[in-house]
Amino acid sequence: MKRRRWPLLTVLVFGYAFLYVPIGLLILYSFNESRLVTVWAGFSTKWYGELLRNQQLLEAAWLSIRIAAVNATLAVVLGTLAASALTRYRRFRGRTGFELLLTAPLVMPDVIIGLSLLLLFVALQETLGWPASRGFTTISIAHMTFSMAYVAVVVRARLTQLDPALEEAALDLGARPLVVMLRITLPLIAPALLAGWLLAFTLSLDDLVIASFVTGPGATTLPMVVYASVRMGVSPQINALATLIVAIVTLSVIIAGLALRPRRRA
Amino acid sequence: MSKNRARALIRLGHWGRPLTIAIPYLWLGLFFLLPFVIVLQISLAEPALTQPPYTALWHWVDEGLLEIRINLMNFRMVWDDSLYASALLNSLRVAALSTLLCLLLGYPMAYAIATAPERWRVILLMLIVLPFWTSFLIRVYAWIGILKSQGPLNDLLLALGLIETPLTILHTQTAVYIGILYSYLPFMILPLYANLSRLDWSLLEAAADLGCRPFGAFLRVTLPLSAGGILAGSLLVFIPVVGEFVIPDLLGGPETLMIGKLLWTEFFSNKDWPLAAALAILLLGLLLIPFVLIQRLEQRLGGQP
Repeated sequence: MKRRRWPLLTVLVFGYAFLYVPIGLLILYSFNESRLVTVWAGFSTKWYGELLRNQQLLEAAWLSIRIAAVNATLAVVLGTLAASALTRYRRFRGRTGFELLLTAPLVMPDVIIGLSLLLLFVALQETLGWPASRGFTTISIAHMTFSMAYVAVVVRARLTQLDPALEEAALDLGARPLVVMLRITLPLIAPALLAGWLLAFTLSLDDLVIASFVTGPGATTLPMVVYASVRMGVSPQINALATLIVAIVTLSVIIAGLALRPRRRA
Repeated sequence: MSKNRARALIRLGHWGRPLTIAIPYLWLGLFFLLPFVIVLQISLAEPALTQPPYTALWHWVDEGLLEIRINLMNFRMVWDDSLYASALLNSLRVAALSTLLCLLLGYPMAYAIATAPERWRVILLMLIVLPFWTSFLIRVYAWIGILKSQGPLNDLLLALGLIETPLTILHTQTAVYIGILYSYLPFMILPLYANLSRLDWSLLEAAADLGCRPFGAFLRVTLPLSAGGILAGSLLVFIPVVGEFVIPDLLGGPETLMIGKLLWTEFFSNKDWPLAAALAILLLGLLLIPFVLIQRLEQRLGGQP
């Protein structure tokens, strides 16, 4: 049976053009001499120079990267625990509630998560005196709360594919549960842990809304600087920043793709 | 291994199950569930010129006399002022229509990817996911440049002779739809692909053998079998879009009234925390049914990779 493929191919080409032309234009205009982003006035790399001299933006980027790294690491721990709880222990008290709490952050609008966490932090400060001020810690906690849900999805998919015989064999051979976890389970789910870490890192680096709510004076993350600058109008520096981000992401995806490629056995 | 360490490990193994469950459970309870209780509480408070800017719900007047003040004015105001009702309705309408747009573009794309030759599939999927890894904010920003009246889109349309004067797209509802379609398309395509790639194509061959035309087979076999993917993708787009802030703020104009943006303004510009909390409660109420739906779906699909 020969199916006509051209209508589907047209949609596919259109769809990918829709996804990639804006990114292409963004990159193109980052090399534009003119301040009026969309009027071409010759090739220039001066916006990259300005970007690298923009102290406020660099400081914000450094803060964002530190928050993202802390968030990703702890979110992988929490998310993996949550995923194991759901795959290992078929029945436990409050399982449905647990699943609900783990799914809701995936779709909950950012404004709700941001506002509700801020009000929690304020209430905690009023009653317990902690957190004394808002910033690095509160943003990290907020990011971990939704990132762990994404990590749990990724790790859970991997855990359900795992062959239980591998762990059972290790147990039968006398290995203690903790040893089995460290030497059998963790290496087997390592690719999912890495994917989850990268996902949590990106989500944190990208978040404007939640961080804006739960931050305090003095802690300005990269998206907040970008947002403030974008609200003032288009700025070629943002194009330069976008180009750098796209370059880094593409490079990491290629490296991760090569590293995680299933090795062929000889 | 020392005896003490061995004993500690055994104990850890013993405590493995309760700890594995309790640590993430407590975390989510403290930082995800408890905040909603506090939001509800503050939505019943009064705005005040204090730090934090709301009144306490209760205080001890005298020994043994507890005074509780519940202020329903925030909800009253949302009910009385048509601004809030129209923002809620508009948010639902924008979310519904953009979900439909994502489905109309996403379904054929997911179908094309699922039916593509094996070696192409990984690359095609990767290209869908890749923009998701770059900054969301910057992708929305890209459209400000494109949709401007002197932007490349208008230049292109003028050059093609399709229009005579530049169109005003930026800061309209249309720009918001474009931005949402652009940002949320991957969320529609991925669950659809996951669903369609598991489809048993021999069912379509059977339909063809029994004399069914390709389009009829699509409507009667493929579409019903991919209903789960359609529902999952639609909910993944619909729910967050109802509360979306960045896209209506950067691409929308004065007529793009959405509840997420209103909540942001009440909180950051008007410093009316109790009203913002009341809006959050209403938004949450609106999303309750979609939440339950996605939860059911997740439970059904949870065991599958």
